Amino acid sequence: MTQLPPPSAKKLGLVIDLDTCVGCHACVVSCKGWNTENYGAPLSDQDPYGAEPSGTFLNRVHSYEVQPEAGPAQLVHFPKSCLHCEDAPCVTVCPTGASYKRSEDGIVLVNEKDCIGCGLCAWACPYGARELDADAGVMKKCTLCVDRIYNENLPEEDCQPACVRTCPSGARHFGDLADETSEVSQLVAERGGFDLMPELGTKPVNKYLPPRPKDVAVPAQHLEPVAHNGKGFVAWLDRALSALPGRTN
Amino acid sequence: MHPAPSVIIFTTFSGLGFGLLFWLGIGAIVPTGLSAFIWFTSAYACAVGGLLASTFHLGRPERAIKAFSQWKTSWLSREGIAAVLALVIMAIYGAGLVFTGTRVAFLGWLGAFGAIATVFTTSMIYTQLKTVPRWHHWTTPVLFLGLSFGGGALLAGQVTNAIVLLALAGVLQAYAWIAGDQRFLNSGSDMQTATGLGHIGKVRAFEPPHTGSNYLMREFIYVVGRKHAKRLQIIATALGFIAPIILFILPFNHIFAALAVLCHIAGVLCLRWLFFAQTEHVVGLYYGKR
Repeated sequence: MTQLPPPSAKKLGLVIDLDTCVGCHACVVSCKGWNTENYGAPLSDQDPYGAEPSGTFLNRVHSYEVQPEAGPAQLVHFPKSCLHCEDAPCVTVCPTGASYKRSEDGIVLVNEKDCIGCGLCAWACPYGARELDADAGVMKKCTLCVDRIYNENLPEEDCQPACVRTCPSGARHFGDLADETSEVSQLVAERGGFDLMPELGTKPVNKYLPPRPKDVAVPAQHLEPVAHNGKGFVAWLDRALSALPGRTN
Repeated sequence: MHPAPSVIIFTTFSGLGFGLLFWLGIGAIVPTGLSAFIWFTSAYACAVGGLLASTFHLGRPERAIKAFSQWKTSWLSREGIAAVLALVIMAIYGAGLVFTGTRVAFLGWLGAFGAIATVFTTSMIYTQLKTVPRWHHWTTPVLFLGLSFGGGALLAGQVTNAIVLLALAGVLQAYAWIAGDQRFLNSGSDMQTATGLGHIGKVRAFEPPHTGSNYLMREFIYVVGRKHAKRLQIIATALGFIAPIILFILPFNHIFAALAVLCHIAGVLCLRWLFFAQTEHVVGLYYGKR
């Protein structure tokens, strides 16, 4: 049923550190690699080697420029996948019951056998976390690698989402955000983890850690001017042209 | 939002069809025999044709039957159920008029209520979305109902009802367009809240996550509609509201009535195209677009 379950005792999710993410897109590649051959329909590509490539991804990395009032602009790399919201609007709008939130750990999943591909859940999601696969005609979304995290056939270090396992800079953390003593909850508390678009009331489980304040001011360095006082023919030309009526740029 | 032809055709024609069924149901016109057959066939052609068109935008239309199951939370599911109930009740009511020439008033009123419920649940599919500020407003359901029953009155030849309802719907549509222009800006969502980086400074999209397009950009970021929005609003108002009202005020003539209906349909198709094409989804903020 697409009714949301009562808040689960366990809230599995990700904590993404915007301070340490270097924007390498390794999480994007490992996510696509794992999920295209495991849970549900493959993540198809259209025209992958042609002029207009397009495809289904469950995790994408944006890059933003943030301009403080004083000082140079900062570049922030920004990975974005499903936030496994507590009050997930994508679940309640589903007409078939394909979209659901698990009562045991809060993971939001799509039962692809029931999905009619109407796209309404993607309309209801503020974060762009759901993409309709153009080949399979069903909705795809992050499963939090539900087929890895409980997988007894994998070595313990691999029992975490592919994006977390692969991140070379340690910018992605996986754990139980309902447990105050968990590593992820402590990270959120220490670093001031925040929600995306909290005004929409979705109560995301995933949290983002803000970039740390700059400890060293980096002044904007301009190149020295090549010439202040011209000499010779060019200087004469400059003066002669400036004497003519008209606008100087 | 991407203006999918299937959804525009669906909302326009099923709106008209259920609008006509409403007037037939309450007994505004009580045709019998062959005449009733023609009236009900026209209404069903619009309503069912529109509903069938809506299945064309599904990724897996063969599973559409499953959409009747989640009425407890989903407006789309409720719409499906309301539509089927209204159509079944009105079919029995219509059969009475066609074959026995008797009007079962109770069934008619029940079917009319079903028609209202269907149009209202359709409108709530859009109205419920907090992610689309322009739609998330009381004007959306009221306009859907006004257009449906105004258009239905036009089809049913209800001169006074059509003029009054279309005039009201026209004024409300103008208000919805003007007020809707500010709603995204006033929604409280912007690039700062989307990224949570507003405490550092002004956020600008520096680089998209990919070099090509994707489903999200095709579905939610449609800027062509906004370029000519004002011109299209004037065209839609002239065709959808003003022309039919003038043609209905003129002395009655079958050609004028047919023209009024055709103008109205063209106008509603135009304003429904704008309803999608002009509308911004908050996900565009992540792409620095609207």
